[in-house]
Amino acid sequence: MPAATPLYFIGSHMEVIWSAVVEAVQLITSGAPYLFEIIFLSLRVSTVAVGIAMIIGIPVGYLIGVGRFFGRRLTLVIVNTGMGLPPVVAGLIVFMFLSRSGPLGDLRLLFSTPAMVIAQVFISTPLVAGVTAAAIASVPLELRLQARSLGASWWQEALLTVTEARRGVMAAVVAGFGGIISEVGAVMIVGGNIEGSTRVMTTAIVLEARKGNFGTALALGFILIGIAFVINGLLTTLQQSGARYER
Amino acid sequence: MSDRTPLILAEGISQKYRRRTVLDVDRFEVAEGETHALLGPSGAGKSTLLRIVGLLEKPASGRVTIEGRPATHRSRQARMMMAAVFQKPYLFNGTVAENVAYGLKLRGVSTAERERRVRETVTRVGLDGMVDASALTLSGGEAQRVALARALVLDPRILLLDEPLSYLDPLIKRQLVAEFSRILHDSGVTTVYVTHDQDEAMVVADRLSIMHEGRFVRSGAVDEVMSLPTDEWVADFIGMEAPIFGRIVAIDEGVARIDCGGVPVYAITSLAVGTDVVVGVRPEDVTLFQSNGLPVSSARNILRCVVEAIEPRGATARIRVCSGALPFAASVSRASAKELQLEVGGEVIAMFKATAVRVGAAS
Repeated sequence: MPAATPLYFIGSHMEVIWSAVVEAVQLITSGAPYLFEIIFLSLRVSTVAVGIAMIIGIPVGYLIGVGRFFGRRLTLVIVNTGMGLPPVVAGLIVFMFLSRSGPLGDLRLLFSTPAMVIAQVFISTPLVAGVTAAAIASVPLELRLQARSLGASWWQEALLTVTEARRGVMAAVVAGFGGIISEVGAVMIVGGNIEGSTRVMTTAIVLEARKGNFGTALALGFILIGIAFVINGLLTTLQQSGARYER
Repeated sequence: MSDRTPLILAEGISQKYRRRTVLDVDRFEVAEGETHALLGPSGAGKSTLLRIVGLLEKPASGRVTIEGRPATHRSRQARMMMAAVFQKPYLFNGTVAENVAYGLKLRGVSTAERERRVRETVTRVGLDGMVDASALTLSGGEAQRVALARALVLDPRILLLDEPLSYLDPLIKRQLVAEFSRILHDSGVTTVYVTHDQDEAMVVADRLSIMHEGRFVRSGAVDEVMSLPTDEWVADFIGMEAPIFGRIVAIDEGVARIDCGGVPVYAITSLAVGTDVVVGVRPEDVTLFQSNGLPVSSARNILRCVVEAIEPRGATARIRVCSGALPFAASVSRASAKELQLEVGGEVIAMFKATAVRVGAAS
C-alpha cells in the first residue's frame, strides 16, 4: 500500500502533538503548582496593570471624547500612536528607564513584577483611552446637554456619560486586558522570565517550547485561549444585552 | 411690559460659531408664568438663544439675568431653577421611573419623596402604569412625554422646550400640543418654547418672538405678532401678504377709518386720527363671496377685489386678492373655492370684521 506511507508519516508526527495535548490536559487537571503559579502571576500582573490603565485611561478617554480642550489634538495623536506601539518597544523604553544607569534605576525595579506592571500599564493605557474616547464620542451631545439642563454638575454629567457609554468603556477595558495578557516582548525584557518570580504565561510558553516541553507550553496555551474565549464571550454578551440610544 | 419684572432677562446676547455670528439679540425677556415662543425657520438662532438663557452655553457677549441676578453656566442655583426638554427625548438607559427621577436624585431628594413625585408626574403626563417600563422601548410620543415628565417633576420655575414635538407624527403632535399647552398653563411655569411651527406657537404661547438670521424681527403678544406683519419677510413667514400701510382718517363710535392707498379699511384701535399705521388681517378672518351676491352681514369691511392668485394648501386654498392698491389674502375651504368658481383675474367680494383687523403704529 504505497499510499499508506505518507499517512503513516503524518500520523507518527501527529502523535507528538497528541501526546502534548494529553500531557497539557493532565497538567491542567492535576493542578500542577508550577503551572498555576505562572497563571496566577500572569493574571495578577495584567489585572493590576489594567486597573491602573483604567484609572488613567478612562478619564483621558472621556476628555478626548467630549471634545474641546487645549492640547486635545496632541493628546489624541499620542494615544493613537500608543495604541499602535509595539509592546516590545514599550518594554524597551521601560527597561531603559528602570535599568541601573537609567533615570529610575535607583528604584531597583528591573526584573520584578512592578516592572512588568509598569510596562503593561504603558501598553494598555492608550488602548483603554482610545477605545473609551470613541465610546464617549458616540454619546450624543444632546444627552449631555439634557443632563446638564436637569441640574447635573460637571462630575455628574461625566458619570452619566460614562454610564451611557458603559458597553464601549467595558470594551476598552477588555481591549486593554487582552492587549497585555497575551503580550510577551515587554514582560520578557523588563521581567526577565525568572522562575518563581517574574515568569508569566507567555514567557513560560516561549521557554518551554524552546526546551521542547510542548506539553507544558501547550497547557499554558490552552489557558490563554480559554481566557481569550471567556473575555470575548463576556464582550459579546454585553453587546447583545445593551440597548441603543436611538430608535 | 416695563411694569412687570422679567424672570428671565437677556441683554446684548451674541454668539459666534467658527467666527460666524449666529445670534445677535439686544433684549429678550420673559415674565414670570408666561410662555414665550421663539419662532423662526431653522438656523434662525432660536435653539442657541434657548441654550444661552438656559445657562447651558456661554454666549460670545452679553449677559443673562435670572430673577434680577446675573447668571452664567456656572450659577448652580439659577440652573437648578430650570429644566429642559429637547427635540429628541434622549432618554437614559433604564426604566421610565429612573429617567424621571434623574433630576430629583441629583438634588438629593429622599427615596420616598422621589417615588411619590415620580408617580404623580408620570400620571400627569398621561403615562400611568408605565413607570416600570424600559425607557428604550417607548414610542416617540411616549418618550417625549417621559422627557416632559423628567423636567416637570423638578417643579422648575423655568421650563425650556426646544422643538419638543417636531419629531412626532402629525396626529400625536396635535394631541400633544394641546396637552403640553394645558400642562404648561396649569403648572404656571415660566416657559421658553422654541418651534418652527407657527400653529404650535399660537396654541402654547402667550407672547412670541419671530427670529430670522440670528435676530428678532418681531416680538409681542401672539395675536398682535401673528396678524400684523411689519415687514415683507415676517408677512411671508406667517403666511400673510406684505404689510399694508395707511393713515387713520376718522374715528366714529370707536371704529377707525383707515385710508390704505385710497381703499378704506375699518378697524378697532386706540390710536388717534392722523396716525400712520400698519394694518393686518389674517387670511382665516377673510370671507369671499361671488361678486353678484351681496350677503347680509355685520362685517364693516366689504371690498370688491380682483383675484390675483389661487394657491392650494391641502384642505384649504389661499386666495390672494387685491382691492385697488390693497393686497391681502383669504383662506377658504376647498369646497367653497370650488363653489365660488374662482379664477385668476375674476372679481370677488371680500368681507372681514373691523375686530379682525390688527392695527399698529407705523415706525
